[in-house]
Amino acid sequence: METVSAAGPTKSPEPEVVLNVEGLRIVLDPSGLDIDDDVTLVIRRGEVLGLVGESASGKTTVATSLLDYQRRGARIAGGTVEIDGQDILAMGPAALRAIRGGTISYVPQDSSAALNPALRIGLQLMEILEVHAFGASGAEREARVAQMMAEVLLPSDKAFLRRYPHQLSGGQQQRVAIAMAFANRPKVIVLDEPTTALDVTTQAHVLDTIRDLTKSYGVAALYVTHDLAVVSNLADRIAVLYAGRLVEIGTRDELFAAGCHPYTRKLLASIPDITGERALRGIPGWAPRPGKRPTGCVFTPRCDWAVDRCHEEFPPVEEPSAGRRVRCWRWQEVRAQAAELDIHLRDKSLSARGAEETTVISVRDVTAFYQRKEILHGITTTLSERRCLSLVGESGSGKTTLARCIAGLHPHKIGGDIEFDGKALARDARDRPRATRQAIQYIFQSPYSSLNPRKTIGQILSQPLRVFFDLSRDEMEGRMEKVLEQVALDSSLLSRYPDQLSGGERQRVAIARGLAAEPTVLICDEVTSWLDVSVQAAIIELLAGLQREMGLSMLFVTHNLALVRSISQEVAVMNEGRIVEYGGVDAVLEDPQADYTKKLLSDTPTIPAVTAEV
Amino acid sequence: MNDEIIVSDSEIVEGAVTHAAVRRSEWLMIIAEAWRMRRTKIGVGIFGGIVLLAIVGPWIAPYSPTEFVAAPFSSPEIPKMWLGSDYLGHDVLTRVLYGGRTVILLALAATVIGLALGVTLGLITGYARRWIDESVMRILDVVLAFPQIVLTLLFVSVLGPRLWLIVLIVGISHAPRIARVARAATLEVAQRDFVRAAEAFGVPRRKILFNEILPSITSPLLVEFGLRLTYSIGLIAALSFLGFGMQPPAADWGLMINENRVGIVIQPWPVFVPVLLIGILTIATNLIADGLGRALIGIERDTGVG
Repeated sequence: METVSAAGPTKSPEPEVVLNVEGLRIVLDPSGLDIDDDVTLVIRRGEVLGLVGESASGKTTVATSLLDYQRRGARIAGGTVEIDGQDILAMGPAALRAIRGGTISYVPQDSSAALNPALRIGLQLMEILEVHAFGASGAEREARVAQMMAEVLLPSDKAFLRRYPHQLSGGQQQRVAIAMAFANRPKVIVLDEPTTALDVTTQAHVLDTIRDLTKSYGVAALYVTHDLAVVSNLADRIAVLYAGRLVEIGTRDELFAAGCHPYTRKLLASIPDITGERALRGIPGWAPRPGKRPTGCVFTPRCDWAVDRCHEEFPPVEEPSAGRRVRCWRWQEVRAQAAELDIHLRDKSLSARGAEETTVISVRDVTAFYQRKEILHGITTTLSERRCLSLVGESGSGKTTLARCIAGLHPHKIGGDIEFDGKALARDARDRPRATRQAIQYIFQSPYSSLNPRKTIGQILSQPLRVFFDLSRDEMEGRMEKVLEQVALDSSLLSRYPDQLSGGERQRVAIARGLAAEPTVLICDEVTSWLDVSVQAAIIELLAGLQREMGLSMLFVTHNLALVRSISQEVAVMNEGRIVEYGGVDAVLEDPQADYTKKLLSDTPTIPAVTAEV
Repeated sequence: MNDEIIVSDSEIVEGAVTHAAVRRSEWLMIIAEAWRMRRTKIGVGIFGGIVLLAIVGPWIAPYSPTEFVAAPFSSPEIPKMWLGSDYLGHDVLTRVLYGGRTVILLALAATVIGLALGVTLGLITGYARRWIDESVMRILDVVLAFPQIVLTLLFVSVLGPRLWLIVLIVGISHAPRIARVARAATLEVAQRDFVRAAEAFGVPRRKILFNEILPSITSPLLVEFGLRLTYSIGLIAALSFLGFGMQPPAADWGLMINENRVGIVIQPWPVFVPVLLIGILTIATNLIADGLGRALIGIERDTGVG
């Protein structure tokens, strides 16, 4: 795969503009509140524009607007979307049908939901070609299908094309979706976080494929994501969307080297740094939803640079250089000082080994089964007191299974010994003594699933208190307020329901619920994988702080190798039910021994070194 | 992340009724959504009217239900006897006004019993899985194999026509169907992590079932309740008709149909009016259940949550 450095901004002459979006405004009906406003951008032939924003920033809404599609309740209220000078928004339904999937195509976030589960993939690919009358004959179309499959690096033989979507892996499904999007040689392609659900290795391959196809077909691509690191190797230019406004747009290198908007800088600082030089910095708060956006500059509440003027007026678009646009009153100062502000060196003393270490949890030769199938093959490792051990691996590596075995949540057969404080642990949490259930707390991956939607935060937090302690009503209130404070949440949330909270807040509540039990061991299972990068950074900061202050022993399960440095001292890399490498974080990340670790490291998207240099 | 659409929708889209409220008290949302449909309004209107008639009937009835007011099978005579007299010479209008209470009350009671039993079984089987699930569901399949009326008749003819028994048996005969619905919903909810979390804390199973899972499966049960009520009305009326319900001289719609069917040619009203009332009562409950069901499907489609 070619390196990205070739795709710099210096190429001349510039290719022609394919997609031209001007003053796009999308509102909600019937309230008329805007989701997005004044979105203006161009994408040239063969160029990838990364559209970056947090949850609820309106980025998906912008993306689907390019196909003149809106979800129920939303409406495009103004602006133009032109492809080769033709306004999409002015088209009738028939004309739109003709260009969707042809001139402009879309790759959704979740391809498993986008592919028809009842149709063979070959048929689905043929269908999109037939609908847009690609080629003159069936044979020609078949040839095109074979060509597309080859280009997305999938087998194109008949047997493979006769498979149903469920017979493919997630990465293969996403490749099929990409093949479908490129099949009719579109001019514009919109990719809506197509790699979020994928492993890093698969993600790296899919990103490579997208990059190659975009270049070779000369397609103008919009790549929507919440993760700057993902587009850092892919995008030529990056647009940063915040609360429905484009706050900054420029070439990738410009943005990474000297972002002019405080939000861009903060987003960069929230990306986990695999080199371990930078500390992770979350962005406090969250992107406001329509109807809750402040007057003046929308970013003011989360901005360190805010002055009185920011509260009053939204800044106009300014152009620091050609093609670079920013909306901030103080962009010049931000750009000038950005470098100094962003250096938060990681405290390396944390990863040093302590003198004496007491083993809290020891896992010896553990095998685990899923029904009859063995999925963990003889795992041996230990978790020491006041230390954090990261379990890193891709999906299917068995990392979550191991964590669940320790937590007593694996419902199938387990072999080998798991000991806690020198005593063997029962397989099922229910069969463990109360003190053990209390001491080991498990934080789940998805805060959308781990909090009962019908219960208030107060009811949720009271659950461990009722089970483990005998408290009066007042004492209970006090404890709940205390744990909420520990996770930096306000006690006014006690009467709220989970769905009134943002994803990051929910995960904090889940952590607070674990803390309420006053544990000594905290098992965190991919606790940030459902969260925005900016929120992830804040949660990692919180967990690292809690671990230090409360002297917790922590098992941190993640698929993101880059996160490991920011939180743990030891790391165990897992692959296919085995630990392939174990050691101190710095040692493993700087000098990996196992091939698998090396591969994982090279596939992990990371931001260019520019920020580390400053 | 993929919560974007849900989250940004949640607070604003539907105007007054927010999606945020959906996941909290979904059943309220379903009732509100169902109420927007004409079929539900008609159903509730008719059902409410008949229930009101049954409640206030005894106070507005012109005679006592056991009072002989005319010769048997007398034709209507306005204003003395609006609907004529029955086979013993009782006033038909009076007996119609008295006779609705038992049907409605017994049907409601039987449905509630069926719901309680079915939900409990559904929760247990859906949560426990494995052999408990298998054995209980197979037993329920056996119960399901009997037509409800046959099952009820079997027990009533052996144990005697007692009202509590009828209510109980009709309730039990509903249980397998309700259990299936509850089990299916439980299977889905039981996989969610908040259930795992409660298990890890060591919360007792009973509390997990009723405090954690039950609140999340109320919506399909609401629809099921409406549907089962329809069947209860039909069954209870049928049992009365067959002589296993209320005994003479009590006034009861099902019984009236049976008592007066010999005179249907000369005096159709004592048969026709109860038949009509039972018929439109079941239509009404069915309309309500249908409205709720459609609302449930609509809401699931909009929010992607069950």
